[in-house]
Amino acid sequence: MEFRIDRASGLPAYLQLVRQVREALRLGWLVPGDRLPTVRDVVASSGVNANTVLKAYRELELSGLVEARQGSGTFVKAALGSGDPEVMAALRTRFAEWVRAAREAGLDTEDIDALVRSVLTEGEGEAVA
Amino acid sequence: MTTVVESVDTTALAVRTQGLGKRYRTKWALRDCAFELPAGRVAALVGANGAGKTTLMSVLAGLLKPDEGTAVTSGRVAFVSQDKPVYRHFSAADMLRMGARLNTVWDQTRAERWLERFEIPLGKACGKLSGGQQAQVAFALAIGSRPTVLMLDEPLANLDPLARREVTAELLTEVEETGMTVLLSTHVVAELGGVADYLLLLAHGRLLAGGDLDELLARHVLYTGPKSDVPPALGTVVEARHRGNQSTFLLELPEDQPRPVVAGQWTERPVTLEDYVLAQLAATRKGIGA
Repeated sequence: MEFRIDRASGLPAYLQLVRQVREALRLGWLVPGDRLPTVRDVVASSGVNANTVLKAYRELELSGLVEARQGSGTFVKAALGSGDPEVMAALRTRFAEWVRAAREAGLDTEDIDALVRSVLTEGEGEAVA
Repeated sequence: MTTVVESVDTTALAVRTQGLGKRYRTKWALRDCAFELPAGRVAALVGANGAGKTTLMSVLAGLLKPDEGTAVTSGRVAFVSQDKPVYRHFSAADMLRMGARLNTVWDQTRAERWLERFEIPLGKACGKLSGGQQAQVAFALAIGSRPTVLMLDEPLANLDPLARREVTAELLTEVEETGMTVLLSTHVVAELGGVADYLLLLAHGRLLAGGDLDELLARHVLYTGPKSDVPPALGTVVEARHRGNQSTFLLELPEDQPRPVVAGQWTERPVTLEDYVLAQLAATRKGIGA
């Protein structure tokens, strides 16, 4: 897989790498047993500092998604399933209903986006505190 | 008053300065400069024109004698100055031969690999090479000397965008392979994300901020909301802007405290390196005079 860094994003570069691996897992581009590119490969192909790549891989290891095998590289350990399909379908239905209600209340896509974002940020803040 | 530039082998630190100062006649170009750069880091040295970046690098390289304080660097230091010096009548191959003779440690393969990578003709006189190609010869010479600490003054200036990206990637590959420490000065702050992992910010010859880049940025946040004289959370205001009925604050959050939750009409977004540097430079523009 190839990593890219969005330098205008406020997200630290190592977290961007973490997010890209998680995304690849979620989309099934990476499956358990796959090897992540070596630190050297990532450095050469995406112009990212080796410390940044190591930090990202450590973070992924801590969350149990990958494991470093001495001398042979970093391997995907767990799949990042999107959860129980039934639960996902139920959540989607309820969310679709909510979006319909929001539209009826006169909110456009941007308004909805802002609202969802504010709720998500609130959740993050509470999680920390 | 001590004026020492010494080389000491320390495994953990690549550079350490204490109370470092350099004066040109009566004007201090560098003052009270104290920082520690851990080994293996890629540090960006950032600051406005005349902030003292080149002076600091020249002192660390041993080319200038400090007027006060100490600077300690570990191992071998290589320094490529802003004008990327080469001998006009020497070919790239001659320059490498010179490097081999003048350095106690020399890695010909590494130096040649750099030139090959950037397709620099080995036999042509350097004076006949383009500015960008001359820069590559100067880089190859520095890389060939296998430095412990590599200092580059504006390495990316005068390079086209593609070459900038390639030089950066190649440089980081060398860092990964050799474990050397890099200190590079630059104005192209927007291109540093993921490249540098350490920041040294100079203003008016003084060190304004220094430390791990991610940690530094994580301690800051940008709030935008209705016009207000005070920010919506506790912290040190780095920059405040008021336009019409909207206010923007760049805040340094207090250490060791959970991230505040800001409700109501305020929005928050993470601070990019560019946000941070621009705010700091703007704040110090009329600040402490030299």
